[in-house]
Amino acid sequence: MRFLLLFSRQGKLRLQKWFTPIPEREKKKIVRDMTTMVLARKPRSCNFLHWKDLKIVYKRYASLYFCCGLDAEENELIALEMLHRYVELLDKYFGNVCELDIIFNFEKAYFILDEFLLGGEIQETSKQVVSRAIEASDMLQEVRCCPVGTDLRSVFPSS
Amino acid sequence: MSPSVRLQEMIRVIRGARTQGEERGVIQRECAAIRAQFRQADNGTRSHNLAKLLYVHMLGYPAHFGQMECVRLIASPRYNEKRVGYLGAMMLLDEKQDASLLITNSIKNDLSHNSQYVQSLALCTLACMGSAEMCRDLAPEIDRLLRASNSYIKKKAALCAVHIVRKVPDLGELFTPAARSLLCEKNHGVLHGAVVLITELCERNPDTLEQFRKVVPELVQIMKGLVMSGYSPEHNVAGISDPFLQVRILRLLRILGRNNDTASDAMNDLLAQVATNTDSSKTAGSAVLYETVLTVMDIKSESGLRVLAVNILGRFLLNNDRNIRYISMTSLQKIVQTDHNAVQRHRGTIVDCLKDQDASVKRRALELSLALVSAVNIRSLMKELLLFLSSCPPELRAHTTSGIFNAAERYAPSQRWHIDTILHVLTTAGGDVRDETVPNLIQLITTATELHCYTVHKLYRALITDISVQSLVQVACWCIGEYGDLLLRGECEETEPVQVTEDDVLDALETVLQSHMSSPATRGFALTATMKLSTRITHNVDRIRSIVSIYGSCIDVELQQRAVEYNALFKKYDHMRYRGSVCGAPSPSLEVCDLLDLLGGSGEPVPSSGLSHTVPGPATSTSGGDLLDLLGGLDAVERGSVKVYEKNGVTLKLQTDSQTDTGMTITLTATNSTDGDITSLTLQAAVPKSVQLQMKAPSGDVIPARGLGLVTQTVLLNNPNKVSLKMRVRVCYSSQGAVCQDTVQIDSFPSPAW
Repeated sequence: MRFLLLFSRQGKLRLQKWFTPIPEREKKKIVRDMTTMVLARKPRSCNFLHWKDLKIVYKRYASLYFCCGLDAEENELIALEMLHRYVELLDKYFGNVCELDIIFNFEKAYFILDEFLLGGEIQETSKQVVSRAIEASDMLQEVRCCPVGTDLRSVFPSS
Repeated sequence: MSPSVRLQEMIRVIRGARTQGEERGVIQRECAAIRAQFRQADNGTRSHNLAKLLYVHMLGYPAHFGQMECVRLIASPRYNEKRVGYLGAMMLLDEKQDASLLITNSIKNDLSHNSQYVQSLALCTLACMGSAEMCRDLAPEIDRLLRASNSYIKKKAALCAVHIVRKVPDLGELFTPAARSLLCEKNHGVLHGAVVLITELCERNPDTLEQFRKVVPELVQIMKGLVMSGYSPEHNVAGISDPFLQVRILRLLRILGRNNDTASDAMNDLLAQVATNTDSSKTAGSAVLYETVLTVMDIKSESGLRVLAVNILGRFLLNNDRNIRYISMTSLQKIVQTDHNAVQRHRGTIVDCLKDQDASVKRRALELSLALVSAVNIRSLMKELLLFLSSCPPELRAHTTSGIFNAAERYAPSQRWHIDTILHVLTTAGGDVRDETVPNLIQLITTATELHCYTVHKLYRALITDISVQSLVQVACWCIGEYGDLLLRGECEETEPVQVTEDDVLDALETVLQSHMSSPATRGFALTATMKLSTRITHNVDRIRSIVSIYGSCIDVELQQRAVEYNALFKKYDHMRYRGSVCGAPSPSLEVCDLLDLLGGSGEPVPSSGLSHTVPGPATSTSGGDLLDLLGGLDAVERGSVKVYEKNGVTLKLQTDSQTDTGMTITLTATNSTDGDITSLTLQAAVPKSVQLQMKAPSGDVIPARGLGLVTQTVLLNNPNKVSLKMRVRVCYSSQGAVCQDTVQIDSFPSPAW
């Protein structure tokens, strides 16, 4: 996967994850192109598009569009499942997630994404494992004064 | 107030801004505050300030001044600060920034941190934005983690290794042994990472690919386990056990089985099993089936398996889910060349997809339909394509018309069908055809000689119905001008007889000329056609004359020039114009408009007053475009006159004006290209005994210099005994003080004008 974008029905960006190094100006152009293309789609269209040499897979969940750019050899249908999995993870974390959750807790959305995808690939296929890892990280964050060298694995078991 | 609420408070304020300007103001204030905070010593709010900055960055505002803060926070011992610091690094730094190098050391340290969550942050960041240099630096560390850590870290290390290999392909060798051993793991996350890593290694290095072919049986076992296993709550998606892992394994198998019989054999049974046992009622199952089909088609699979795969695609075509129909067609497109017959079997369904609501599906169906056209199915398939054209979305029209034309050209069962098809396209979508369509169609019509009557009738009917489609109107005008006599004759074998009068035809052409919808090029066609008709009709020549003269003062310069030239034809060369109609229809072997014969030679201009009558040259073939430039240019090119003498800049040409059985009239023309005048020019001629010669008075005896003038002399020859005509001409003249005298023998005479 080259990139993952979340944007609203008005075209406002809510999350952007880039998996290849791209100049800032080009990132902005890609975001503009994606929002234009996807927002122009009719309600019952298929979820796949072509843009330059990439396959674009998008899905709308309530007021948010989830959009990712794939290389030619990647499987579009499994990408749809991947987007769905991410939404499920967000939903589990926030409880009936809505756009506002993602706006006001954007850094958490990133943390969840970083437990699910790594370098553009899926790193964990089990929902429970991902959710447990997020919870454990959150708990670690609460412990503010963490001395260097504390073996946290004794406190928070892995996986 | 907890610092995190302050972040949310800021977000609320920004969102509350009613205008862009207000938002900018809020953000400027906030950024100034953040900057100030960054400069201060550690006060426990650094992570929140950076988080605020990241939000502002996402809105599109510059945030580069936060880069160093990221570096500082990453180095902090506190987890929450590290977390935001690393997030900031991933959002604000990329490998091109200098600051990114500064975090290499932090990452290195954190990779060995006691806490796996800290290790995880480092791995994630390295895999996201690690530069080649950083990758080289840290690769050994990653390899260590691949071997000796828990599954949580191993899976991340595997994907980090993927990133490293993408950045520095040579490091692939380093990770190969570890990747191999990871396949023995049971943990799905680790397995998935291992498969992705092995895929990357094999794609980049043919030797590694060779090595990993040996693990095909192992991969087959893993897949079998997934497919046959019972319900596993942890990995189940819509009845499929870990579809993500299945898809990646299938993709790796594809790479390993490609061009290799042994490997392909080893996976044959498994692929058949997956293809038959996977429930495709939901997307997850379809995704696995899709990947299976791609693998089957790409490796050296048995023919039975290939047929199974194509049938799966055929089933997909009937699926309610639009995505699946789309996927099916993209896959069929990839294999239509190699497995043409198998795909042909599903042609009916594919053609049905032309009627789908979705534009993407329509586009795919069009591509596939065009690829499936063959000599066998051309008639039925073309019907569907023409039906599609009448309702297809505007962005697909140009592609459809050119696809139809190509298909028609390759497989047309008959010329009439071909012409009909093109005309149908022009009537439906004439505005979206390529420019060459008009001359191509004219060429086609010209060669289909038996269909001239049919074609002109059909085009006339199209013309009187609608004159908005320029390409169609242009061809119709040309056709009417060319074959107007066939149109007026009334009967035609192939269509219903209809009475068309000369007035009707001229009405139609005049409507085109006057309509605001007609482009200048179209008007040119119409005017030329009107002119051509003047030789084919008998009663309405005056009407044509008046039409033509009106356009002599038209604003459009092209049209005006054309009209003026045509006018001249009427005035000066009326007899030439009529002679043509007396001569009758041209021979079919000429690929040239008979108007050219009428006015004498292709590209023949209206002669200027200095020259004598023009003589037509040999018939040459021209494309439709040249016909329009028939009377373009007034440069006097004398075709058909024979050069009999050329010396010292003096040229003598001979033209035959007229010829009968027993005589001929010729004209000798002398020109001078030297800098000085030629004076005292005399021409003397001698002919065989039985031939009588009469030389008329020459126009003068001085030929002005530099071709500024010429001298002509007409010679009458009477040949009652019809002997073979020869003539000897003596040329005498003075040039620059010297007297010259030459004799030339003329053994053959050019053919006359009429």
